[in-house]
Amino acid sequence: MDNSIKVSSTTTSLNGNEKARSVKMTGADAVIHCLKNEDVNLVFGYPGGAIMPIYDSLHKYQDEVRHILTRHEQGAIHAAQGLARVTGKVGVVMATSGPGATNLITGIADAMIDSTPLVCVTGQVGSHLLGTDAFQETDVVGISMPVTKWNYQITSPEEIPDAFAKAFYIARSGRPGPVVLDITKNAQFAEFDYYYKPCKHIRSYLPSPKIDQTRIEEAVELINNAKKPLALVGQGVILGSAEQELLNFLEKTGIPAAWTLLGLSAMPTDHPNNVGMLGMHGNYGPNIKTNECDVLIAIGMRFDDRVTGALDKYAKQAKIIHLELDPAEINKNVYAHVPVLGNVKESLPMLTAKAQQKSYDAWFNEFKEADKIEFEKVIDREMHPVKEGLTMAETIDILNKKTGGDAIIVTDVGQHQMVASRYARFVKSRSNVTSGGLGTMGFALPAAIGAKLGQPDREVICVVGDGGLQMTIQELGTILQSEVGVKIVLLNNSFLGMVRQWQELFFDSRYAQTIMANPDFIKIAEGFGIKSKKVLHRPELSTAIDEMYAHKGAYFLEVVVEKEDNVFPMIPTGAAVSDILLGK
Amino acid sequence: MEQKEFTITAFSENHIGLLNRITIIFTRRHINIESLTVSGSSIPGIHKFTIVVRETQEKVEKVIKQIEKQVEVLKAFYHPEEEIIHQEIALYKVPTEKLLDSTDLEKTIREHNARILEVTKDYTVIEKTGHKEETSRLFEKLNNFGVLQFTRSGRIAITKLNKELLTDYLREADELKQEISIN
Repeated sequence: MDNSIKVSSTTTSLNGNEKARSVKMTGADAVIHCLKNEDVNLVFGYPGGAIMPIYDSLHKYQDEVRHILTRHEQGAIHAAQGLARVTGKVGVVMATSGPGATNLITGIADAMIDSTPLVCVTGQVGSHLLGTDAFQETDVVGISMPVTKWNYQITSPEEIPDAFAKAFYIARSGRPGPVVLDITKNAQFAEFDYYYKPCKHIRSYLPSPKIDQTRIEEAVELINNAKKPLALVGQGVILGSAEQELLNFLEKTGIPAAWTLLGLSAMPTDHPNNVGMLGMHGNYGPNIKTNECDVLIAIGMRFDDRVTGALDKYAKQAKIIHLELDPAEINKNVYAHVPVLGNVKESLPMLTAKAQQKSYDAWFNEFKEADKIEFEKVIDREMHPVKEGLTMAETIDILNKKTGGDAIIVTDVGQHQMVASRYARFVKSRSNVTSGGLGTMGFALPAAIGAKLGQPDREVICVVGDGGLQMTIQELGTILQSEVGVKIVLLNNSFLGMVRQWQELFFDSRYAQTIMANPDFIKIAEGFGIKSKKVLHRPELSTAIDEMYAHKGAYFLEVVVEKEDNVFPMIPTGAAVSDILLGK
Repeated sequence: MEQKEFTITAFSENHIGLLNRITIIFTRRHINIESLTVSGSSIPGIHKFTIVVRETQEKVEKVIKQIEKQVEVLKAFYHPEEEIIHQEIALYKVPTEKLLDSTDLEKTIREHNARILEVTKDYTVIEKTGHKEETSRLFEKLNNFGVLQFTRSGRIAITKLNKELLTDYLREADELKQEISIN
């Protein structure tokens, strides 16, 4: 039986109206055809009662759309996020109704706050059962409303092509985000005439505002007259594929640039204009200089509270230029003297064209001085520890050196995330995947699986803590079943380290529920057929990492690190960025 | 910044669930909605939300952007009291026999510009349109007879401008669509 999808070939050979070009099929088959029409060849998910017709179609078309079976719906959606983040494509996840759908919610909220394009397809009970408290019925459209860019319930097959076309268009255009399509079982079973027309425009939706020339001129005026300008680079640069435009702008204007957590890898770590990471555990220089610069140029970033610290003490001396796609971000947290609405891929070249060629040697030297202080007080001690216990920083450093910064680093949430973000080095864009806005523990392992499947030729390293790993550890089963070659580096301190750090600093060392009794992780990895090794001592670390990289396929490396290390620098909650601490 | 009464108007496509999407923007920010009315607008297929809140202008501006961020919302506006003409409608059900005993019913109806919609031997239904203070004043007066039921609508409002603010947006949207179809 030939099950291959021929919609486009049959449609192009026929002319005439859409009806004549349509193909009769079930709603479930139409879902797969929609995916093919949107160039989706890989989806993540978990089957169940209300989505069985779609899974039957997935089985029928398995040579064209590959489905990765995870061990939990949360794993499936984080994997879809990982794929989306490293490829820039829309991630697709499928789950059944009720618990299947509610298990997606954390990932949907994560994708919403980190602007990750997703299409989430959930099965729903038959439309005659809606609102009756039927088995595995839950109001997914209602529940997901606050955390989706758009959502829609499909109750008849005729709605499927238009709903999918809209869903993909909305998910990927403008500021990307997650979309939920909830499809009742009857709509999956019923037959109709399928015809796909991609969506290119929605009357009520303006994904990319037109750039106002007067704003460009105002911004250029500020930039050309600046004495101490500072650029803040956010994920908007990556989402807008404006990496080259950013470099052109920075290299011509000579302005130092710091990146946010999600802006990591938007430019090379070693680029001379790069002055490091902003925020609560960012670098010393960019944080204190934020409160000394005279012009602040925010590029595709949203002034998250973890970046700004106390808002009433944030960059009050500076004129602020905000390059941003989403109008709701303008003046949300920080007042912009010159808001430049629009895609940074378009606005940056406009600025570059009109800006003067300049250099700021003395200003850069101030950053170098700050770097020196940070090196002496923090970095040196972490990279070259005198104590016996291993540090997270030295592990990340060796991981890096051996890949030359070419690997995709996927991190979870907590101390290891901050350390990895501080010390990982990047040469390519879309090489950093982390749960930034939501701070979802358990994100890393499934996201790394998605990242590896999205970029199979690149090394993908999942850096994870012992707390976060155990939140989604079941996804080792996905690695086993689908043979996903991720390298997992567990930084094990037998603590919920970041919470412990706060308890030490702000709660008089009362370690309430942060001490972890952990299993033998090596046995667990072995149980899933994953080659593994545990490192306890410094001399073994380097060769163990060599072994991990040399191994083809998945590898699990447990590094037992110092139990009670703290991450510094640190901006305590409610403090100004300039009050960043370099130690206790 | 001082809290003031603002009337928010939003124009949207007729999409199931959009009312919920709009109200959660307020609940998430702990803003109480004083009144809310949804109905078809003068433009076919487009719905109009009229929402009254007491808030600072700064917060209202942020809420407007969040409303406009919804995919199906075409445009949202906010107006302080002086920019709009607004109206509410109130219905009062009063026992007929008490009214018959009254000596100044005619005067009350006349003074308040109210009208009687229905009279049965048990009850009389009176209607009044006006601002909240006006309909409240009549309530107090009629409550001397014992009001059996009282209901008041949400606010509807119209701006003092010459045309609907939405028409410019719709024209631009249509031009954009043509641009896209040409490219």
